[in-house]
Amino acid sequence: MEKSRRSFLKLVGISTLGLGASPVLDVFAASGGHDGKPKAGVSKRLNALTAKRWGMVIDTRKFESKEDLEPIIDACNKIHNIPKLENKRHEVMWIWEDEYKHVFTHREHEFIDERIKHLPFLVLCNHCENPACVRVCPTKATFKREDGIVLMDFHRCIGCRFCMAACPYGSRSFNFRDPRPFIKEENKEFPTRMKGVVEKCNFCAERLAVGKMPACVEASNGAIAFGDLEDPESEVRELLRSNYTIRRKPDLGAGPSVYYIV
Amino acid sequence: MNDKNKIVAGLIIFAAIATFPFWYNMGKAVPVPEPKLSEKAKAAKVCVEPKEFMKSEHMQVLDVWRDVVVRNADRVYLSSSGKEYNMSLSSGEESCMGCHSDKVEFCDKCHNYASVDPYCWDCHIAPKEKK
Amino acid sequence: MLELAFKGSKKYWVWIVSLCSVIGFAFICYLWQLGFGLGITGMSRDVSWGFYIAQLTFFVGVAAGGVMVVLPYYLHDYKAFGRITVLGEFLAIPAVIMCLLFVIVDLGQPMRLLNVILYPTPNSVLFWDMIVLNVYLLLNIVVGWNVLEAERNNVKYPGWVKFLAYTSIVWAPAIHTVTAFLYCGLPGRGFWMTAILAPRFLASAFAAGPSLLILLALFIRNVTKFDPGKEQIQSLAKIVAYALILNVFFFLCEVFVVFYSQIPSHMSHLQYLFAGLHGHNAYVPWMWSAMAFMTIGIILLVIPTARKNESVLAVACIFVFAGTWIDKGLGMISGGFVPNPLHHINEYIPTIPELVITLGIYAIGALILTVLYKIAIGVKEESSGAKDTCESC
Repeated sequence: MEKSRRSFLKLVGISTLGLGASPVLDVFAASGGHDGKPKAGVSKRLNALTAKRWGMVIDTRKFESKEDLEPIIDACNKIHNIPKLENKRHEVMWIWEDEYKHVFTHREHEFIDERIKHLPFLVLCNHCENPACVRVCPTKATFKREDGIVLMDFHRCIGCRFCMAACPYGSRSFNFRDPRPFIKEENKEFPTRMKGVVEKCNFCAERLAVGKMPACVEASNGAIAFGDLEDPESEVRELLRSNYTIRRKPDLGAGPSVYYIV
Repeated sequence: MNDKNKIVAGLIIFAAIATFPFWYNMGKAVPVPEPKLSEKAKAAKVCVEPKEFMKSEHMQVLDVWRDVVVRNADRVYLSSSGKEYNMSLSSGEESCMGCHSDKVEFCDKCHNYASVDPYCWDCHIAPKEKK
Repeated sequence: MLELAFKGSKKYWVWIVSLCSVIGFAFICYLWQLGFGLGITGMSRDVSWGFYIAQLTFFVGVAAGGVMVVLPYYLHDYKAFGRITVLGEFLAIPAVIMCLLFVIVDLGQPMRLLNVILYPTPNSVLFWDMIVLNVYLLLNIVVGWNVLEAERNNVKYPGWVKFLAYTSIVWAPAIHTVTAFLYCGLPGRGFWMTAILAPRFLASAFAAGPSLLILLALFIRNVTKFDPGKEQIQSLAKIVAYALILNVFFFLCEVFVVFYSQIPSHMSHLQYLFAGLHGHNAYVPWMWSAMAFMTIGIILLVIPTARKNESVLAVACIFVFAGTWIDKGLGMISGGFVPNPLHHINEYIPTIPELVITLGIYAIGALILTVLYKIAIGVKEESSGAKDTCESC
């Protein structure tokens, strides 16, 4: 026990120094094993879904009206304890719908076909390859994981909202007040947030870790595909190969990982 | 210097204020509370690490856990005893609160005594109290 | 020297007490904000920075502007400014403290402030802003205090103080440049995305800071025995004039680029501020007032006869300060957020508690400034008084 205690303290010391993840694992690896004793450590679940770079393809041809999007948005809201605030200024949104001219601000033109003009589009965090929000965060509370997912560490966020100013897609929300009273049914499996932190879509990182696809993907009846953009055999790559797709504001160089088939 | 009286009076006032918490709490000492284990925790006999270690270091354990879960997506903890645990504070059966299901009797008892107020529960949802 | 701040007239104490009561009231509002969250402000999902950050931006400018009396003295050996460098340094101290306070009241989780140091992130401009502001604060405290103390003791300040003074001269433009970099490197915010933002900030700073200094100098001459000097005030006025002209020139450069290129994402913000967009026009009268104020300021400061009349000069300085304040402390931040990246328009109007908290920080700034100036002028009066007695004997 003494040994594990020592190594654990060492680990704690290192992690509080903020040296990041890998030294933590090194200490774990170094902490035992020579004498045949099991070593303390952390690992991923065997059934976790992994990818080199997660991406999403939304087939907007499969949607006709707001009613088609509702179950998708609701699934996310419910699972992530997203509050419904009446005050528009304090709204919290992870995935929502908006018109073509607002979603694809640079592609709008006056003669666009009627279907596209009135079709609601799903909007969410683009999990950019080169995310401006991560670049500006002063505490690394928002960070890009190796698998491309841009995440929020709610434990660390100081609520400076620099990331909200930096995001060119308006994907981030701030908890202007305690969200708890505005959550209809709480999902105990997922934490709520507290006032004063920023939040946004997390590509359902908590579900991928236990082998489940994102909630919106499951609720979409096949209209949303999710997979590894680096894997040529993946479903998303197949869709990107065989369809014309667009991304939001690609000219900014952020490299969004959400693609739309129109 | 004729300020002797003023200085003495000032010193007395300072001493009274500085020692106020002791006067105020005199005779109110409460015995150190013993957290109550749930049936499930009793049956399991052992936590993810030995009891004494958890008693003194659970906050560090939770701090490291939250970092590796949120930032590295590592969810499995291999304890020094060689057993694997799900690293989670409050999500279901396979979590800290899945076993220590009574927050009031287990967490709050000591935290109140020690007058610490961790903000875990601002976000994490505690299990419903059994009435 | 601190004891000089404790000896004052009745008016001085009334002023101090009233500032303290404003601070106390604002603190109660801040406690409310701490409890409820930033929802008590007018900020929103779309306009996520408001009055607090705008004031931060403006007062970084005021702090940097203090260097305009320090630089000519140390770099160009302009002796006339020697007697008032401390006024510049002692203006920078409360200005920077106000900036730091504006950052703190703007945080959603102020208790976690130290995370910025615990998890240092050099790619974040905010990290650098924190460093440059704190260092600038320290430089001004050390330099200002030591120079003043040396003056009181009739000795020359030590050599290392001069070295720090030089450092602070380089540092002043740095703090405002870094502050501009907070905004101008953000993709998708057309209003700020311009390389002229940092120069524009500096120009407006070197107009706003010295114009406040002139007003303070005129005030000091009226109520104390210390005269900052006619020549000094006129030199400062020229600095204000040319900095203000540059500020307006840079702005017009921006206007040309935006409207000649006709790129909507850059144009829409200026349209919103100066003409209103889709019926949203709360800022239009303010912005045109700012332009008018700055134009009047330029005219009054450039015409020598007007500038040399100190009553006119005071009016001009008020116009300059108000104009640059609206330009930077009001339009600069909310203008960048409206319309939002999805071209929706949600206007930002500050709320009363937000304004009270802002006022509280202004009062803290005024309190620190009062105390520091009281000390500085006490020392100045002592030494000139000593001179007087010598002359009489």
